[in-house]
Amino acid sequence: MGVEKIIFYIVALIMVSSATMVITVRNPIQAALFLVLTFFASAIIWMLLEAEFLAIVLVLVYVGAVMVLFLFVVMMLDINVDRLREGFTRYLPIGVVVAVAMVGMLITVVGSDNFGLDKIAEPERHLADYNNTKALGSELYTKYVYPFEIAAVILLVAIVAAIALTMRRRDNTKYQKPEDQISVKREDRVRMVNMPTEKKK
Amino acid sequence: MNFELPNIALATPEITLLCLTCLVLVIDLFVPQQKRIVTYLASQLSLIIVFALTISSYAEQSSFAFSNTFVRDSMGDVLKLGVYISIFMVFLYSRDYLKQRDIFIGEFYVLGLFGVLGMMVLISAHNFLTLYLGLELLSLSLYAMVAIHRESASASESAMKYFVLGAIASGMLLYGMSMIYGVTGSLDLAEIAATAESSSNQLLLIFGLVFISVGVAFKLGAVPFHMWVPDVYHGAPTSVTIYIASAPKIAAFAMLMRLLIDGLSSLQAQWQDILIILAISSMAVGNIIAIAQANMKRMLAYSAISHIGFLMLGVLTGQQSGFAASMFYALAYSLMSLGGFGMIILLSRKGFEADRLDDYKGLNERSPWFALMMLIIMFSMAGVPPFLGFWAKLSVLKEVVAADSLLWLAVVSVIFSIIGAFYYLRIIKLMYFDKPEDTTAITADMDLRIAISANSLFVLGLGLFPGMLLALCLSAISAS
Amino acid sequence: MFEWVISIFESFPMGLQTTILILLKIVAIMIPLILCVAYLTFAERKVIGYMQLRLGPNRVGPRGLLQPIADTVKLMFKEIIIPTGSNKYLFIISPVLSIAPALAVWAVIPFDDGMVLADINAGLLYVLAITSIGVYGVIIAGWASNSKYALLGAMRIGAQIVAYEIAMGFALVGVLMAAGSLNLGDIVRGQSGSIFHWYWLPLFPLFIIYFVSGVAETNRAPFDVAEGESEIVAGFHVEYSGMAFAVFFLAEYINMILIAILASVMFLGGWLSPFEGILPETVFDIPVLGMLLGPGIHWLLLKTSFFLFCYLWFRATFPRYRYDQIMRLGWKVFIPITIVWLLVVGLLILGEVPPWWDAA
Repeated sequence: MGVEKIIFYIVALIMVSSATMVITVRNPIQAALFLVLTFFASAIIWMLLEAEFLAIVLVLVYVGAVMVLFLFVVMMLDINVDRLREGFTRYLPIGVVVAVAMVGMLITVVGSDNFGLDKIAEPERHLADYNNTKALGSELYTKYVYPFEIAAVILLVAIVAAIALTMRRRDNTKYQKPEDQISVKREDRVRMVNMPTEKKK
Repeated sequence: MNFELPNIALATPEITLLCLTCLVLVIDLFVPQQKRIVTYLASQLSLIIVFALTISSYAEQSSFAFSNTFVRDSMGDVLKLGVYISIFMVFLYSRDYLKQRDIFIGEFYVLGLFGVLGMMVLISAHNFLTLYLGLELLSLSLYAMVAIHRESASASESAMKYFVLGAIASGMLLYGMSMIYGVTGSLDLAEIAATAESSSNQLLLIFGLVFISVGVAFKLGAVPFHMWVPDVYHGAPTSVTIYIASAPKIAAFAMLMRLLIDGLSSLQAQWQDILIILAISSMAVGNIIAIAQANMKRMLAYSAISHIGFLMLGVLTGQQSGFAASMFYALAYSLMSLGGFGMIILLSRKGFEADRLDDYKGLNERSPWFALMMLIIMFSMAGVPPFLGFWAKLSVLKEVVAADSLLWLAVVSVIFSIIGAFYYLRIIKLMYFDKPEDTTAITADMDLRIAISANSLFVLGLGLFPGMLLALCLSAISAS
Repeated sequence: MFEWVISIFESFPMGLQTTILILLKIVAIMIPLILCVAYLTFAERKVIGYMQLRLGPNRVGPRGLLQPIADTVKLMFKEIIIPTGSNKYLFIISPVLSIAPALAVWAVIPFDDGMVLADINAGLLYVLAITSIGVYGVIIAGWASNSKYALLGAMRIGAQIVAYEIAMGFALVGVLMAAGSLNLGDIVRGQSGSIFHWYWLPLFPLFIIYFVSGVAETNRAPFDVAEGESEIVAGFHVEYSGMAFAVFFLAEYINMILIAILASVMFLGGWLSPFEGILPETVFDIPVLGMLLGPGIHWLLLKTSFFLFCYLWFRATFPRYRYDQIMRLGWKVFIPITIVWLLVVGLLILGEVPPWWDAA
């Protein structure tokens, strides 16, 4: 068994167990942190697949930004975990049935019958100077340029929607206008008054 | 680098709309609230420009661009024109409504235009990727629009429901697509169609088909995946409900066509069964539950569910003429639902939604003209000749009867549509034979009055001369 | 003796040999780094002292030079106090989470031509990704401490780091466009020519934004609201003591050095000499003088020191930003400027503007 295989099994074990922890731990913060670990482990698996760009971007975007904001929100919420867990036992049977069905289907779908090495050949290994980033970039910007642009538009819509739904301008809030503050002149603040000097009587 | 510049000219309407929408977004930033009308006019102008562009470059045959992820054909063009017209009407109807509720903001129009872009992408998709992205672009805009009235708790609640269920549906759709990708090794609809036929793994394909159908049924709002429809229609501001109820149905028809006919035509036997079940249950649940509704918007929501059932009838025949009939139905339904919801907007005013059935009592005494317009819409939805809805239903049923061994389906649909006629006619009874509870005069701007009247008269006119639209659909389908 | 060591080493299997070599290289980077941190704290106190007309530390050892050693010893022997009601595991693990990424980034830093631990293609991305993980240490520390001040500090820093990371990322995109490579060594080589070939000139706004964002990312004054001793005591590490605190401290300073060295590598030509292209070629062949004036690690260290001095200078000069001002600067000033400048860089590259992008 090569080193790669050992690494794969270790990382895969970490990934699966931390993914399980995400849904079983009681504390939402810990759940979020386990999710971070899951992302990290999957990044390593991508790295093993020679997809270093995707691996690094997964860490950069999901671990570095998305989950930070997620934690940020979870920390500020006062989530009552016990109330979330009410009815857990009540829904357990149907949940188990659905889960079993899904697992069974997944096995039939992605099992070795359809995706074994005899069906799909092992991808060829690249040399050390192979540049995954460049390969991905040239595919994205030529062949898939149209879906790529639409994805960008979707993100734009998400920004517009987020701002439209959350930004409130209340009338009684006071806003600072830095440009006004900077451009203020002495005349706006100080009024020179000329008064006749007091006369001694 | 060997790279062939794609035929960008084919996507001119899409690109233009994207640029114009961004322009509207920027213009809106610099427009003070009192002059928000500028944003409105700019959005309408964008739609007109895109309309003109699409007409001037009307596609006689299918042509592809962007490595076959994009297709331009006459079916797509006709549907797109339908979308532009519907959204133009939506913006027209909703202006006053938004103003009265203090949500006359630029984002409504920007999101609306992005939704149009999403529908265009969806209609022109020739690849699972673009199909999915177009759908998401449309859905995301819709989720945000439903929640746009932030002070309204019911709107936020329904936006949440819509979003969660929509996300599940997207997941289902993606799951199904990934299975089909696993079998065929391609995301391109034409390649999928070519390899699916000879594939040894039919079971997996069927699994994929089932998940895709679930996803599509969710988005269409077909029973048993219809739970969100009444809540969202009811909870959303009427100006958004009218958006959801009109043009997206046209886009949904296109999605159905692209997925099932262009992509998975080899599985026709399977999806025919699925569609029959979906269609019958939609017609049954939609028409029967609508009777129990006391709220106009909910009633129309259930009516939408039943109409979706009808729309599927044409597609499931698997014949060219059947598709044309369904296309005709989609366009006709979108026009009728514009009229129906437009009437709710017309009767509503600040602090009064006019969405209870009781609000329509004695409309004839308050305004005989609009009572007549409503009568036309209701008769048309019920499928009473000679209105447009009748021809839509007739053409679909004709196709079902023509198909072998589906006669029973036609009979069942006729029975349900007769049941459905009850609640449409009840509205007419309320309008003409009951005493009004509320005698306030109708205060609506002249353009809204004219637009509603034109809409209803159009329904009547097309009903009197249905041949033109039907012929257009037929030629569009057979050309692509 | 030496030959004997080598012969033992060569008897090991190949895999072990590489591992040992890599470990040795890591040690060769880490030890000087930690020493640098120690004397950076000393320099900080001295520099700020002089700027404020004080003397700074001058009692421990000659001219106070042993002060950092004394501080370290003190911190080592202090007790680590774990607050009641805190989350014990996370409390202990968070200093580790903040120092590990800070150290891991050094793997791809090129000190001289070819003098780099891991010469990977996606070096720049790696830097960006790993530094972005560092924030977890701080956020978790703030939350796990079960203290209001700590939580407030963590909240502040969470938003701040995410905001400035975007500007920083865009600045790096500019560098990547200019160099056409994500490999840090290639980025330096792309700047060779003369001092005017360095990217600080064509990417000037990005250079400034990168460094300022770097200051914000490392929570240094004037962006140190996460610590904000006058408002929230010491922010996220208020409950930490002894070595646990020292590790946070270490991570902060390592990150400072990192930002400084990255700024030198990406905008000031790394190990390249500023005399290149100015003095005649023959000068570089003179035995000792040529070595000094020619490219080499000393130039990188000098440039890095300059940025580190700037850090200290800022701290002595600027008053702390208010929180809303920080957010405004990040989102409304830096990000738009970077986006506009990316467009400019794109046009410059397209126009093959000399001396950076002429076809040669």
